[in-house]
Amino acid sequence: MVPLSYYLVLSAVLFACGVAGFLIKRNIITIFMSIELMLNAVNLSFVAFAAQWKLLDGQVFVFFVMVVAAAESAVGLAIIIAVFRTRQTLNVDRVNLLKL
Amino acid sequence: MVHYLLFFIFAALAVAGAINLLAQKHPIASALSLIVVMGSLAGEYMLLGAEFVAVIQVIVYAGAIMVLFVFVIMLLNAGVEERSGRGSRVAVIFGFPAMLALGILLAWALIERNPANAPVGVGAMYGPARSIAQQLFRPYLLPFEITSVLILIAIMGAVVLARRED
Repeated sequence: MVPLSYYLVLSAVLFACGVAGFLIKRNIITIFMSIELMLNAVNLSFVAFAAQWKLLDGQVFVFFVMVVAAAESAVGLAIIIAVFRTRQTLNVDRVNLLKL
Repeated sequence: MVHYLLFFIFAALAVAGAINLLAQKHPIASALSLIVVMGSLAGEYMLLGAEFVAVIQVIVYAGAIMVLFVFVIMLLNAGVEERSGRGSRVAVIFGFPAMLALGILLAWALIERNPANAPVGVGAMYGPARSIAQQLFRPYLLPFEITSVLILIAIMGAVVLARRED
């Protein structure tokens, strides 16, 4: 019987790793993966609370979060491909102009 | 006892994968450590009894989304990340201790002062696909239908954005 707070601490640690990766990484694909890590951390909180209160709504929300994450990653990776076509780089420090 | 052991094994794997994602320089290595994180999170979901979520975690996240990531990394031929400039000194001096202090405070608050510190009924298996589907197709029918529109828009957006402009 693992207490709820252990899951929440694990979720917070994973979320913090995602935020840190978002801030310190310079490769746009790795930044995008950090966002996915944050979404996963939140999903763990949802499932832990759903198990705590014996409600399935949390798991349904995880389902929706996954759907939105899938749509987001498809669009985001298409944007990354478009950025790479015009700039020839994946470094976010070099993508600092709205217009070429 | 077995549940504690499994929880800590999967938690250690997830945290190690997350830290490895930060430490690695090459995007492929980061992607593979993210797959480790997602797989161990699927194990945690299984411990919480959410078997449907665990299965779609493996299929959708570790399968579909990560294949998309790896595909794009290989398509763009992404190499080792280049560092540009030095980081801020203020961030090193104040940021990391502040982050550590906040993390310790948060963990203490969650573990010690949490009134809802009841044990989670692990392995109860109350979240099978059947009950999820009953939730999804009765009270959450409208959001479920809206997600199909969202996915359609995302598909069209991805095709339009990634198209070569000739």
